[in-house]
Amino acid sequence: MTTRLRVLDDGAWISVNDSREVRVSELWRVDAPDLCECALADLVVENFQSVGVDASTVEARVYGQCIACGATGTTGWIPLGRVRGGEFVEFDRSAVRRVRR
Amino acid sequence: MPTDVENWKSEVYGNEVRDRLFEFAEAGFDSIPDDERDAWFERFKWWGLYHQRNGQEGYFMLRIGTPNGVLEPGQLRVVGEIADEYARGPGTNPVFGDAYADFTTRQSIQLHWIELPDVPAVFEKLEENGLSTQQACGDSWRNIVGNPVAGKDGQEVIDAWPVIRDLNERFKGNDDHANLPRKWKVSVTGSADGSGQGDINDLAFEPAYKAIGGDGGEAGDDESEGDGDENGDAVGFNVRVGGGLARNEPRFARDIDVWVPPERVPDVAGGLSALFRDYGDREDRYNARVKFLVDEWGAAEVRETLQEEYVDFELESAGRDVREEYTYNAGEGERNDLIGVHDQKNGANFVGLNVLVGRMGAADVLELADLAEEYGSGEVRLSQRQNVIVTDVPDDALDEFLDEPLLEHYSPDPSPFMRGSVACTGTEFCSLSIVETKNRQVRFARWLKANVDLPADVDEFHVHLSGCTASCAQPQIADVSLRGMKTRKDGDPVEALDVGLGGGLGEDPGFARWVTQRVPADEVPGAIANLIDSFAAERDEGESFRAFVARHDEDELDAFVEPEETDYEDPMLHNTKRTWYPYAENDSMEDAPSTPADD
Ligand code: HEM
Ligand code: SF4
Ligand SMILES: [Zn+2]
Repeated sequence: MTTRLRVLDDGAWISVNDSREVRVSELWRVDAPDLCECALADLVVENFQSVGVDASTVEARVYGQCIACGATGTTGWIPLGRVRGGEFVEFDRSAVRRVRR
Repeated sequence: MPTDVENWKSEVYGNEVRDRLFEFAEAGFDSIPDDERDAWFERFKWWGLYHQRNGQEGYFMLRIGTPNGVLEPGQLRVVGEIADEYARGPGTNPVFGDAYADFTTRQSIQLHWIELPDVPAVFEKLEENGLSTQQACGDSWRNIVGNPVAGKDGQEVIDAWPVIRDLNERFKGNDDHANLPRKWKVSVTGSADGSGQGDINDLAFEPAYKAIGGDGGEAGDDESEGDGDENGDAVGFNVRVGGGLARNEPRFARDIDVWVPPERVPDVAGGLSALFRDYGDREDRYNARVKFLVDEWGAAEVRETLQEEYVDFELESAGRDVREEYTYNAGEGERNDLIGVHDQKNGANFVGLNVLVGRMGAADVLELADLAEEYGSGEVRLSQRQNVIVTDVPDDALDEFLDEPLLEHYSPDPSPFMRGSVACTGTEFCSLSIVETKNRQVRFARWLKANVDLPADVDEFHVHLSGCTASCAQPQIADVSLRGMKTRKDGDPVEALDVGLGGGLGEDPGFARWVTQRVPADEVPGAIANLIDSFAAERDEGESFRAFVARHDEDELDAFVEPEETDYEDPMLHNTKRTWYPYAENDSMEDAPSTPADD
């Protein structure tokens, strides 16, 4: 079963199977060595650049800023959640996310 | 790989969207198939309809493009009536109530909570009265901006209004220019004050003089009818390309060394829009605006390509501009804005009224329409600082007009902090936003007015607040630029603002420098108060704020900002984006209203 993934509204939303699921303007804890040197970046999600799927995990590249150190830029692929039987389940917002290397 | 948006546009776009829009309106919102909604919402933008954000399903923002901000006699009343009848929804704004109109930074008008089934009736009423939503959003020619008092301004070099009307007629609904890689924002200014803000548009025409000699061709010879300076030079426009503020990549429009006489503006404008259509980036929307093409090519190559591929006459080199006279949004001198009473060419007056953050309730819109008829010609114009201008007020009616009670709220002589406030839409309706904006800016302005004194010789101070980097409130060209961010306060996420200083237009425009990052929103008024104290204490005599900022480095400026809690209270510090409507009593997504029933 294919999953329809889109970046919508000029980067404001990730849509999964025609439903807006993940929005900008949240703070995420991310292990993102490609963005900054913090052990754990505290990332303000400003814009989604692209979205993809790896097995059942939906991932996105995110433009944003680490508020711990101030670094700004686009991250590698950050996992957002999983698709199971056509349903998207977002990872807990407070969970640590690890950029895929 | 083409983007989703490009694919959708290649299927249906432009004028043909209208029939489908009306069919959906007839059959009701739910008739749009679920898996086609995003595609149709994208296409509806071309007709000025923008689906509101999550939690407000089935409601639309509707944008009316008023070229150059001109509302002919009677048109403002139509806007007020439509707002009153249709712009009401389940959310009530605690400051502005229900049914309001937003006057925007590009001289347009936005209404909210419009339901799809009402769209045909709204369009009919608008169009019967010479108004339109066509291309108000979407990837094509947007509302053309300029000096709003074109044709009337005492400071005018050339009347740009006929030029703008002509461009509007040619490029609205023009299939050859309907589907561009991205929005295309054009400014045409004929006044020497810089109030068209050409520098931040994709394409700018600015007044300039040119000596048209023997070999220069016949351009401008007879059409300019005595327009010209004391040397007999012809009056026309210099051309700049590639300005824009969005996405942390602000650019001023670049001089492409072209002067055009007024009658050839459509050829050059159409040529450049075709160049953008053909060469702009359709693979990556973040790289699509013409500013990036100008970065890549350089101004000289833009000119060369225009000359070789898009116009069939010899382009003139740039003429002598009047930029040294620009004052609008320049941070010093007279006429930073168009508020107050000003002379028209014909001896009457135009009166600029301050509309705090550009929002006006429908009842006030209707009353303003009455006053414009009673004291002026009925015409009203909109500025790029979200304000309104009543034109054609004769000297002998002026005092009585200024005494009208409505002008206590929309003042021709407001406090500098009320006058200088500009704010975008923000989390109330906008998907991109990171923070609440308009109501917050109202609270900021009121608090600053009550608590902060500017030095006696400073009577303007511009504070612009944008909810995200798209920069709809044009934050980078203000004294104080505020941009939505998040931070943690006592460990919890709160809405915050980045603070930039010292931006402005004028002869030598400059973007604000971002000096202090992520100030919790409730500490921003204190930060501005402290900043103004330092400015008052340390400025050279008569020094403007912009000049003061220019001679300090970022660390010094950051030290002046000093965020601080005060008695200012911010009821919107929590994540307003997670609400269906930030000011609703039960504001969580679970309490979002269902899509409006068809009636
Ligand atoms: C539903 C609400 C809105 C949305 C989703 C929206 C979206 C955007 C986006 C995505 C941009 C970036 C432009 C780009 O790179 O192409 C932008 C820029 C801009 N918008 Fe909005 N906008 C909204 C409301 C407004 C309002 C209320 C105003 C006027 C008060 C406005 C005026 C502008 C202006 C002046 C820019 C300038 C930046 C530039 O030219 O680069 N927009 N908007
Ligand atoms: S600046 Fe951002 S938040 Fe404000 S209206 Fe524009 S897109 Fe929305
Ligand atoms: Zn970091």
